[in-house]
Amino acid sequence: MNDKSRVEPIKIRFPVEQGDFVRAGEASSKIKRLLLQLGFSADVIRRAAIATYEAEMNIVIHSWGGFLEAEINPLKIIITAQDKGPGIPDVELAMEAGYSTAPEHIREMGFGAGMGLPNMRSCANEFTIESQAGKGTRVKMAIWETEEQA
Amino acid sequence: MTSYFHAVTLNKDKCVGCTNCIKHCPTEAIRVKEGKAKIIDERCIDCGECIRICPQHAKMAVTNTLEEIKRFRYPVALPAPTLYGQFKAGTTVDMVIAGLLELGFARVWEVARGAEIVSRVSGEYFREKELPKPVISSACPAVVRLIRVRFPELINNILPVDSPMEAAARMAKMEMEEEGCPLDEVGVFFISPCAAKFTAVKNPIGRRKSFVDGVIAISDIYGPLYGMLEEMKGAPRLQKSTGSGIHWAVSGGEMRLLPKRSSLSVDGLVNVAHVLEDVVMGKLKEVDFIEALACVGGCVGGPLTVENPFMAKTRIVALAKRAGQPVDLLPELPEGTKWQDFTWTENLQPQAVLKLDDDLAEAIRKMEALDEIHKSLPGLDCGSCGAPTCRALAEDIVRGQGNEVDCVFKLREKVAELAERMVALSSKLPPSMNEKKQKEGKQ
Repeated sequence: MNDKSRVEPIKIRFPVEQGDFVRAGEASSKIKRLLLQLGFSADVIRRAAIATYEAEMNIVIHSWGGFLEAEINPLKIIITAQDKGPGIPDVELAMEAGYSTAPEHIREMGFGAGMGLPNMRSCANEFTIESQAGKGTRVKMAIWETEEQA
Repeated sequence: MTSYFHAVTLNKDKCVGCTNCIKHCPTEAIRVKEGKAKIIDERCIDCGECIRICPQHAKMAVTNTLEEIKRFRYPVALPAPTLYGQFKAGTTVDMVIAGLLELGFARVWEVARGAEIVSRVSGEYFREKELPKPVISSACPAVVRLIRVRFPELINNILPVDSPMEAAARMAKMEMEEEGCPLDEVGVFFISPCAAKFTAVKNPIGRRKSFVDGVIAISDIYGPLYGMLEEMKGAPRLQKSTGSGIHWAVSGGEMRLLPKRSSLSVDGLVNVAHVLEDVVMGKLKEVDFIEALACVGGCVGGPLTVENPFMAKTRIVALAKRAGQPVDLLPELPEGTKWQDFTWTENLQPQAVLKLDDDLAEAIRKMEALDEIHKSLPGLDCGSCGAPTCRALAEDIVRGQGNEVDCVFKLREKVAELAERMVALSSKLPPSMNEKKQKEGKQ
């Protein structure tokens, strides 16, 4: 058994509020700084930063609020973004680049280009999404520090 | 690894151990220990923020003196375009160049011309090569180092072309050689608005060795040059730069020479860090090019300048206008050179100085401990312990470079605890005495 897998992972959770564009990005920023201090490779930090930011923005734009959680162990970073909200009626459609359910006033601000979920998937080594109409969405992503699975 | 050379240093005699500098350092590279500021070398990016903020002027930049040009038979001055904006209205570029020659320089090669070369080379680079977007300018050495220390994810976004200083130094040496001067007798001195340039000469960026031999602070040459200017009024036409190059002294000057791109210009290190953070998170997708300068206003705001940066900016804009600013018509590359000559030969490496441990598992354990300690601290970020924030102290403790009781509030708690225990103890007597007293009482 690898010594690295025996380390207790760090778990941090940040609440994310609906429509709070001023603080949006703060959680991702903090997670990014943490990864740098922990000594993760540049590529992992870059992918984790993009994935967490997109997830955070999705909660701000589309949901009624939720949280962003990062579980960090030496082999991988697991990011969970969970929200309460309308959910995604057709997950498969939402995964297509350019598809967006963002309302007009959000698009006017330059958000909601329909690139969030496809972006997150391309940054992560593992990606799962569960959504229930009227209840909320949970996105779980894992980014590996090494090529092999943890 | 050899230790990293720094231009920014401390004058211990002047330092009174106040905590102004630790609070303003963008990389948390200073601690106050035993009453004196201490710069953590690996972390310092030579931005000069502490030079600006220190009320005692105890922070300074190591540079060369004007005297040192005498070491060379043919000293060449490389004035940063910023120098042109330091003197009162009516001072022309010709007068400044004539003044430098009068001070003992054999030749003057304008860095503004170096900037024009770099603009042209950058254009070629964009045409010929693919770089991850947004491309980040490499002109400001403090920003380049900030990226190496704090944004290693963006290292490949940095434009791998020489700085205007290096381009000018290379050209100066080439021309002197053509004129028949032996290169070991030629000394090229950059007249600099900042400390980071001296560091960039000692630890070259993208090259094994710098073409520059010495760096003289604008603030050091200002006095001697100022005294000379009055007599230089009738100076002949010496200026060879155009407004395009001169404009590089202010924020936006580099960007405007890449007209067909969607560019962003940001100045001031805090703002730069903010923009870079957004880049990492993928927020600035529509931007092709970022001009990032550590000093507010651009190089005119450099810590080794004399004039108010906003005044200097007004003058630079006026001088550039007078010289003509052919945005689409940059001067041709000097004869005998090709654009590839002005690109880097060495890859830039990240400097992971912020990580807690080389081993990720150990780093995670330390992070856990760091969080615990941080929670136990008062969170005032007062700086009395000598670290800029409570979190920084927690980090120092985890790294074995600090102590919990460095915190005055923690110390106070400990003293109070101790005092309580002493009071409690003082009311207690040894059992033998107690018995004795009881007996005495009975008798």
